[in-house]
Amino acid sequence: MTTNPIIELDRLTKNYGTKKAVDHLSLKVNKGEIFGLLGPNGAGKTTTILMMLGLAEPTSGQAMVCGINATRNPVGVRRKVGYLPDSAGFYDNLTALDNLMYIGRLNGIPEKDIRSRAHNTMEMVGLGAEMHKKTAAYSRGMKQRLGLADLLIREPEVMILDEPTLGIDPAGIREFLTLIRQLSRQQELTVLLSSHHLHQMQQICDRVGIFVEGKLLTEGNLETLAGKLFGEDSYVVQVSVRTPLTAPGEIERQLLALPGVTKVSIMEGNVDVSCSTDITPDIVRLFVQNGLNVTGVHKKEYGLDEIYHRFFEKNTKKHILNEQAV
Amino acid sequence: MNRLFNLFFTGAAVPGPFWVMVRKEGGDHIRSWRFIVMLLLILFTFLGAMHVSLSNIRRVVTDFNDPDHVFVYLKLLTTSDNSLPTFYIFISFLGPLLGIALGFDAINSEKNNGTLVRLLAQPVYRDNLLLAKFYAALTIVGVLFLSLVLLMIGAGLLITGVPMEAAELFRILTFVVLSMIYVGFWLSLSIALSVLFKHAATSALTAIGIWLFFTVFYQLIVNMVVRTVLPDPASLQPEQVVIYNNIILSWFRLAPSQLYTDAATTLLMPSVRSLGPLTMEQMAGAIPAPLSFRESLMVVWPQVTGLVAATVVCFAGAYYFFMRREIRT
Repeated sequence: MTTNPIIELDRLTKNYGTKKAVDHLSLKVNKGEIFGLLGPNGAGKTTTILMMLGLAEPTSGQAMVCGINATRNPVGVRRKVGYLPDSAGFYDNLTALDNLMYIGRLNGIPEKDIRSRAHNTMEMVGLGAEMHKKTAAYSRGMKQRLGLADLLIREPEVMILDEPTLGIDPAGIREFLTLIRQLSRQQELTVLLSSHHLHQMQQICDRVGIFVEGKLLTEGNLETLAGKLFGEDSYVVQVSVRTPLTAPGEIERQLLALPGVTKVSIMEGNVDVSCSTDITPDIVRLFVQNGLNVTGVHKKEYGLDEIYHRFFEKNTKKHILNEQAV
Repeated sequence: MNRLFNLFFTGAAVPGPFWVMVRKEGGDHIRSWRFIVMLLLILFTFLGAMHVSLSNIRRVVTDFNDPDHVFVYLKLLTTSDNSLPTFYIFISFLGPLLGIALGFDAINSEKNNGTLVRLLAQPVYRDNLLLAKFYAALTIVGVLFLSLVLLMIGAGLLITGVPMEAAELFRILTFVVLSMIYVGFWLSLSIALSVLFKHAATSALTAIGIWLFFTVFYQLIVNMVVRTVLPDPASLQPEQVVIYNNIILSWFRLAPSQLYTDAATTLLMPSVRSLGPLTMEQMAGAIPAPLSFRESLMVVWPQVTGLVAATVVCFAGAYYFFMRREIRT
């Protein structure tokens, strides 16, 4: 898996007083990968990102990005890594294009190329028509796009986006994420996203890491995460029939006889079948053979939502136990 | 002209991040309303002071009892008929305001707008930002003062037709540098406050508070404390009075405006030979003649050093707090 790590965190720790914001975090992200850092507010996501950029000093451990130690050579890292903060601000007295060109100049783009490059980047993120407006008149979604343009004009090797979808409307989010994914695939960019929005991460991430209270609880792609968490019953198939079952016991017996089925629950016209492998066609066939009128089949996959809730439940339980112990 | 511009605002042929920031900051200042307001304020006081001095110039330069009467251009800067203060007294009031106006929101507004973290995520050193803000504002102040003074010289040349002495030019240019240092002190103070305080309003009010304290209350407090702590000067020996006055003066000189007016007076009035009280023995035998430029410079050197030191202390404070600051919002 980790053949070519471009981001490598090694037991990264950051303490604020006695509070551990990030606790011995070790993580590897490969080149060209889209990695989602998932966690509730205050989990230490932003702190981790700032340490990767050399904007915060780790208490111990180290962050290597593109083979550069972020604490020792922060400017070297920042030359290769683009960062979009969670609430990116722009100079309101300047136009969007001027804002972009300023960033371009700071990154040493020669004066003769800068205008054309800024124009192209604005077109790329879909702000071509609005580039001469002052950023004060920009909506939240447009600002996020401009923030993305900010990253792209620098042609970074790694993009780090901190809560990039915060405050954008649903349609805007989909567009934004599609754009990121597209760019990542086209230019083989490594993207690190942080979010607490699970559905969005599900849409674009290759791999996610779940991050709670400064610790990485688990990481992997969605399937392995689901497997790790839910063990046997990682697939649930819900079948709806038109009329309530007349002989639920018989159907249940037959379903349980299928290979891999672990649990069956029947509620009027809805049958939930939990199984360890995906055997949806067999289940449907069984219903049809029994002469039942199937109106809907729904394969319930475990989304990040479920994964997250599972973790969250565990954590709150632990909390409650701890409090009781105290 | 272009080369001069490049020299001041871009430095090398391929501008590094520092020069890019200086250019942007300079542009922002020039376009900002607060700078335009300050500019107009200074311009009006300058015109007022020039009007007063020009209408009195004939009387002053023919006053042969005054050893400085030959220095027409210095007289333009220092003459007043008491209806309006002279230009350098105005600057001792307005200079702090100018410095505060250009610096009070340097860091905290960037932080509040979310531009600071975006800016520092670029491949730039953190201290470059602070330095660029200071440098850009000070360059603008320098250009402003220099052009005002050059305007004055030009007008003086047109109106009086008197050629200028080299010593006069040196004195006036040193006065410009001195004024820049003075404004620089308030600029670095307000930048330091903008690092310390989260809100731009707080840092502006604090800076103005410090300014008001030094202009209005400081002298009152020093006088009051000295009067309660030290014996009544009427009961003292003459040499003790000198010591007494020196103590008061050294306390006054903790105020930057006192340092500035002391230094400006000495530079612009060549006959001023000491800033402290002189005894009769010291005065005896002294011919009331103007000092040379070098000698005047020697007299004001402690003042200039003090101002530079205060500026450096404020800037170092800003630097110290800014480099250690968490930049997340």
